[in-house]
Amino acid sequence: MGAERNAGGWLNFIAGGAAILAIALVLTRTIGNEYFFFAGYVVLQFIVLATAWNILGGYAGYVNFGSGAFFAVGAYTAAALFKAFGAPLLAQLMAAMVVSGFLGFMVGALTLRLRGIFFSIGTVAVAVICETMVVNWSFVGGSRGLTVLHPSASAFFGSYTRLLFVVMTVLAVLAVTIARGIERSWIGRGLQAIRDSEEAAECSGVPTLKLKLTAATVSGALMGLAGAPLPFYINFIEPASAFSLNYAVLALAMPIIGGTASWVGPVIGAVLLGSVQQVVTVTVSSELNVLVVGLLLVAFVVAAPDGILGLARKLFGGTRRR
Amino acid sequence: MSGIQKDVARGIGALAFALAFGAAPALAQTKEPIRIGLSMAQTGPLSGAGKSGLVALQIWRDDVNAGGGLLGRPVELVVYDDQTNPALTPGIYTKLLDVDKVDLLIAPYGTNPTAPVMPLVKQRDLLLMGNFALDANAQIKHDKYFNNQPWSSAKDAVGPFLGLSTKLGAKTIAILAADAEFAQNLAGGVRQGLKEYGLRAVYDQNYPPNTIDFSSMLRAIRAQGPDVVFVASYPSDSAAIIRALREIGVGDSVKLFGGGMVGLQYASHLEALGSMLNGVVNYHVWAPEKTLDFPGMREFVARYQARAKEANVDPLGFYLPPYDYAIGEMLAQAVTATKSLDHKVLAKYFREHELSTIVGSIRFGPTGEWARPRMIYVQFRDIANKNLDQFRSPGKQVIVAPDVFKTGEVVPFNQLRR
Amino acid sequence: MLLVDAVIAGVLLGCFYAAVSVGLSIAFGLLDVPHIAHPAFLVLGAYGAYLLGEQGMDPLLAGTLLTPIFFVLGMAVYRFYYVAFEARGSDAGLRGLAFFFGLAFIVEVALILTFGVDQRMVEASYIGDSVSLGIVRLPTRMLVAFGVAVLLTIVLSLYLSFTFTGRAVKAVAQDETALALMGADPVRVKQWGFGIATATCALAGALMIIIGPVEPGLGRLYIGRTFCVAVLAGLGSMPGTLAAGIILGVAESVVLSSVGASWASAVAFGILLIVLAVRPAGLFGR
Repeated sequence: MGAERNAGGWLNFIAGGAAILAIALVLTRTIGNEYFFFAGYVVLQFIVLATAWNILGGYAGYVNFGSGAFFAVGAYTAAALFKAFGAPLLAQLMAAMVVSGFLGFMVGALTLRLRGIFFSIGTVAVAVICETMVVNWSFVGGSRGLTVLHPSASAFFGSYTRLLFVVMTVLAVLAVTIARGIERSWIGRGLQAIRDSEEAAECSGVPTLKLKLTAATVSGALMGLAGAPLPFYINFIEPASAFSLNYAVLALAMPIIGGTASWVGPVIGAVLLGSVQQVVTVTVSSELNVLVVGLLLVAFVVAAPDGILGLARKLFGGTRRR
Repeated sequence: MSGIQKDVARGIGALAFALAFGAAPALAQTKEPIRIGLSMAQTGPLSGAGKSGLVALQIWRDDVNAGGGLLGRPVELVVYDDQTNPALTPGIYTKLLDVDKVDLLIAPYGTNPTAPVMPLVKQRDLLLMGNFALDANAQIKHDKYFNNQPWSSAKDAVGPFLGLSTKLGAKTIAILAADAEFAQNLAGGVRQGLKEYGLRAVYDQNYPPNTIDFSSMLRAIRAQGPDVVFVASYPSDSAAIIRALREIGVGDSVKLFGGGMVGLQYASHLEALGSMLNGVVNYHVWAPEKTLDFPGMREFVARYQARAKEANVDPLGFYLPPYDYAIGEMLAQAVTATKSLDHKVLAKYFREHELSTIVGSIRFGPTGEWARPRMIYVQFRDIANKNLDQFRSPGKQVIVAPDVFKTGEVVPFNQLRR
Repeated sequence: MLLVDAVIAGVLLGCFYAAVSVGLSIAFGLLDVPHIAHPAFLVLGAYGAYLLGEQGMDPLLAGTLLTPIFFVLGMAVYRFYYVAFEARGSDAGLRGLAFFFGLAFIVEVALILTFGVDQRMVEASYIGDSVSLGIVRLPTRMLVAFGVAVLLTIVLSLYLSFTFTGRAVKAVAQDETALALMGADPVRVKQWGFGIATATCALAGALMIIIGPVEPGLGRLYIGRTFCVAVLAGLGSMPGTLAAGIILGVAESVVLSSVGASWASAVAFGILLIVLAVRPAGLFGR
């Protein structure tokens, strides 16, 4: 547990992250099939979403059912900025992060009064209210949606989808880095204490409110980042699909299936479920794959509460300290 | 040559002859098919017409293949169900292009699912045959988009309806529209035309697409006492509104009700709503009235109705099917004339030529819409309940506007519905 | 005048909302089960009524016939939930919640796969007509829903207050240990209670499809409404459920008639958030 081992761990992690970015860049030059990037973007997006959800849900134990709202708010912030000012992608990302982060902060404030299922219902309430506000906002097209034409293809990447693919890879690495950072720091330990017993944590002097607000804000900001490139990705945005409950279910199912204890779990869940979904949607119906997600969620929640990570640990023996 | 040798020679000659002609269609089969990709609403709100449109396209495909295919190659349709969901269409069309590698594209049925596809085809500079989408190209102005729909803009579409209100001496109008692309486009056309037709809006509300109860809205409309009520709604809302109309009523002041209600053209709705429709004036694209008897139309409708029975789709086929068959006809004409599948070449052909189809001869304007609109308005008269066959003959959907196609005079709503 | 019209319509609508929430008042209010799948069961009941309606059966009759089946279903679901979660304690909260969330999703998708995404309706003699009270026209289907809802609430209220099992269900919420000491098995009692809660979904679901067409995703619109009513009622109170339902119904109806339909869906959640912030115990809370 010495500083050296920590530093060593971080070095490996950063090397890994850089390697992934390099691979992503190489892929954009070598693979010809555009659809690969279309699908790959979705999987990466879910890595960000699942990781973000886990910060509040897995680490702190506050189950957010309204993930769709943060995601959509990020997307709509980006779209609105683009329509109003023609803002570049980077500006959109920054703005989305701030707005969704602020929304996360508000939701974190909810936890003052609401615990357990009440908090979760509260998040659904926030999501519905956000959706209603967007539907009534004619600037972004209300129910009809908004067409967003992304700039024509960039010279280096060949197509904008590839550029977005790389951007999402960066976001995924960023999200996972933040999650790992939180997990290994005093913040993570505090959140764990809150999850185990909030009263006991308060009595021991853990600054529960500060921690919850931090977790909620970070979670919200990351989800907003995941949603920001969406308008450019489909060139179109409308409330029903942006605020879809599917995002909420997947953001919750992926960490639970992968394992909520560490940053690895959501990544496993997102990659596994995301890839299976993309393959199944293309070959079979899209309903069937949602059914599979639901069944897997229930199965894991009942039988393998620590997710795939937990199963792996049981199978291969656990010497690693959590 | 001996007798046997002659017989053998004759036999071989006959065999060769048979092989040559028998193999010709087989040769066509082994050639690469021309693949036409599209998504069609087979479930979801617009599926009632969507399914029927698909049957019409299949009839066209079979007709073409029976005649030897296009450019000697068989035609194949690659179809996905978009569930009338605009969020699914960009993914579907990307897949059609990148994974299925189709040669030609037809747009989804309906304005909503088409809107998100427009940026995609514009950026890849592809030809897209529009399928009943209203004003989908107004903002994007793609030069390779050709929409098969008998009205060119919202203003043209609602013009005849507004003309009817003037005829009935109306001064006030209530507007109720779904918050979705097609309905809003139509309502927009009405709002633009208010001044020109001397109307004042006393009620103007949008409702979210998943609304199921319209009692409050009808009550609010009734409280205003308008002369005209213009509704732009989708199939499920249309049914709900017609039912609420029966339950709550809209007041004695209303002389004209209806306008842009999608779904009142579907056989399923006609049968289910029956006498509740009486007096309503609504848009249509064809009715079995004598002013619309285009060459080839009746024969197609008969063939369609035969297939529709087995396929369990809209049994009448007055709405989408003839127009979807016509899309196929137009593509075939363009491909055959230019002997090419190049999108630029085909787009040029469409821009410069008049095309003859079973829905008449079609000329496209600069934005890809019909140069000469032909939206008609019908008034439901003397409809009995639960009788689909009554719609096969004239007199039930009387054409009341525009004048050039008229088969009867419009009767005020409050007269027909005490 | 329009306002009076809206209020009357709101009262009728509100009683319907009470009927669909009464099961949640029991499951969540009394038994503390995080039953976010309640609206999904309602939709299941609605489709049950639809299936039987296809055979020609009146929806109210169908709902009543399906009640015992749903009762058994409820007991089975609770048993499973108890064995999987409550018995194991600790992390039960998050996982129990996720379980019901997943269950709701499974029910919805199963309905889509079986029936498709299109809307379904039933027909009955009282659907489509209206009754005139002066200038106000009331649709008969709303009157039917109103009548059944009030009846349901009264019956359940009496049951919970005056029968042995009913009182046991109420008691297990207040003091589980005391109940156990008195010889009743708390788990069996809770199971029974959950069964009743689910049984109401059969009849309430039938009301749903009488009021209007249903489609598999309809449950999502009712999460807000049912929880709003259950929480506003004061968890577990039957008369409270009726009152809360009426309040919600009137609020929605007035908003629909004045500000417009786009805001109607936020009404339930708005009220819910206010209640949670100001008086979480609800109107008649314990």
